[in-house]
Amino acid sequence: MDGSISARAHSVTIKPEKTARRVRSASLKENGLVAPILFVILMATWEVAVRVLEIPAIVLPPPSSVAMALVREVMSPSFLYHFGVTFTEIVAGFAAGAVLGIVLGVAIGQSEFLERVVYPYVVAFQTVPKVAIAPIIVIWFGYGLSSKVVITATIVFFPLLANTIAGLRSAPRDQIEMLRAHTANDWQVFHMVRLPHALPYIFAGLDIAIVLAVIGAVVGEFVGARAGLGFLILQKNFTFDMAGSFAILIVLSLIGVGLHGIIVTVQRRLLFWTSVNDRGRIATF
Amino acid sequence: MTGVAIAQLEKRYRSHGYDEIVALENVDVTIEHGSFVTIVGPSGCGKSTLLRILAGTLERTSGQVLINGRSVNGPTREMGVVFQSPVLLPWRSVLANVTVPAEIQGMEKKAAVQRARALLATVGLSGFEDRYPAELSGGMAQRAGICRALVHQPDFLLMDEPFGALDAMTRETMNLELLRIWREQGITVVLVTHSIPEAVFLADRVIVMTPRPGRIAEILPVELPRPRTLAMFNTPEFGRHVTAIRRHFSTEAELD
Ligand SMILES: Nc1ncnc2c1ncn2[C@@H]1O[C@H](COP(=O)(O)OP(=O)(O)O)[C@@H](O)[C@H]1O
Ligand SMILES: [Mg+2]
Repeated sequence: MDGSISARAHSVTIKPEKTARRVRSASLKENGLVAPILFVILMATWEVAVRVLEIPAIVLPPPSSVAMALVREVMSPSFLYHFGVTFTEIVAGFAAGAVLGIVLGVAIGQSEFLERVVYPYVVAFQTVPKVAIAPIIVIWFGYGLSSKVVITATIVFFPLLANTIAGLRSAPRDQIEMLRAHTANDWQVFHMVRLPHALPYIFAGLDIAIVLAVIGAVVGEFVGARAGLGFLILQKNFTFDMAGSFAILIVLSLIGVGLHGIIVTVQRRLLFWTSVNDRGRIATF
Repeated sequence: MTGVAIAQLEKRYRSHGYDEIVALENVDVTIEHGSFVTIVGPSGCGKSTLLRILAGTLERTSGQVLINGRSVNGPTREMGVVFQSPVLLPWRSVLANVTVPAEIQGMEKKAAVQRARALLATVGLSGFEDRYPAELSGGMAQRAGICRALVHQPDFLLMDEPFGALDAMTRETMNLELLRIWREQGITVVLVTHSIPEAVFLADRVIVMTPRPGRIAEILPVELPRPRTLAMFNTPEFGRHVTAIRRHFSTEAELD
């Protein structure tokens, strides 16, 4: 990140070739073995360290108590409710922000006028830390679900806007000229060439945004809520139930990993023509 | 009146901050319907500019360009265009790539697919209809590109260095195939190349262009019988044509 305000200039970068190749060369077999072994070593070290160094449980609970807390939380009768609240906030905020970002991105990508008039405001808005406006949004939209959806949507919005614009612009001139030479109009150029080229960028945006969406929902709940996994974490902290807090964190990250997995799977199937390298496109903010 | 009539055509590119570039000046030429015309000249002499103006994708600065009697102001359905690279869309199958102009122009789908299949068959791409561009060799991809330019039954086939990226052997085969397609389809072909032998081999007439500013130096009728065969490359008659064109360029190196 170069700290520049012009989001378009650095909204999309391509991962260095090396990274992509390393990912590809790591065979399934290696991955399948190395990851669990590493996990076991890590957990064992943590467990032993906590016991040997006699670290108090309110500072760092051993993995065994986190595991037990996880089971206890998941089994508890209210868990499904809190899980459902946060999950709804994430998915609804993600969907709303993504749709808005893509639609406005398409509009700006098609019109130079809109880009000149609207885009500076969008960039200015992006420089405002969303976490800082979360309390205001909670006052405007209340302690319920809707304020969290709005906070999440405002965070998700920008990566999709910037990536949609960059993606639509990435269509090669020669493909556009080929369509034009055969009498294509603007709409045909859009859906036959520009949109397909925007898709890898849009998916990169979605992939980043889904992680941000989890953050958005939890931040919203921290600011003011009566339910949700973020609300649960606050409660656990209040009673110094560190193992319980850790357990909820695990649930949150599983939500993130799961949704990320869905997006990557859809992307692979939909964008079959892109090479592995192209899929490495990421947006940076 | 069919064919192309160009009179006093001029094209200047205005690049901000610099002097204007005169890409074409005093271009006068007529191309009869059904003929095969090649344009040859060194890089930067305005070949692509001329072809784009014919295709209607580039505005002229002044002069007259008539296609089948109508003044050109934008792309028309009478044109099929082939570029130096095949410009296939990687997410479409070969068949779906070939039907692109038909789709754009709202041709009936069944008819378009039928015509696309027939065209692919004439260039030896039967069985590749459902493949994707990434699976094709350079020559195969350019063949598909030619089929695409013909699918909507244009009157004119405009080709900008279509075989420039191919190896010499493939290029010869493609030349022969193109002559066959031209004969079968009864279209007018305007082909840009910077290979003098290729220009002579294919053409009824060779338009020889020189750069700075881009002008027509000579329009040379090719007096070789048809059908053309690869053996003709070695005839003295062929050599005479090549020499006649080459003398317009001070050194051979100028033709890249
Ligand atoms: N879009 C453009 N803007 C400014 N100058 C251009 C543009 N396109 C081509 N030119 C200039 O016009 C001249 C002719 O270009 P071109 O038609 O591409 O030549 P050729 O196809 O024969 O190599 C060159 O000097 C080139 O630099
Ligand atoms: Mg050129």
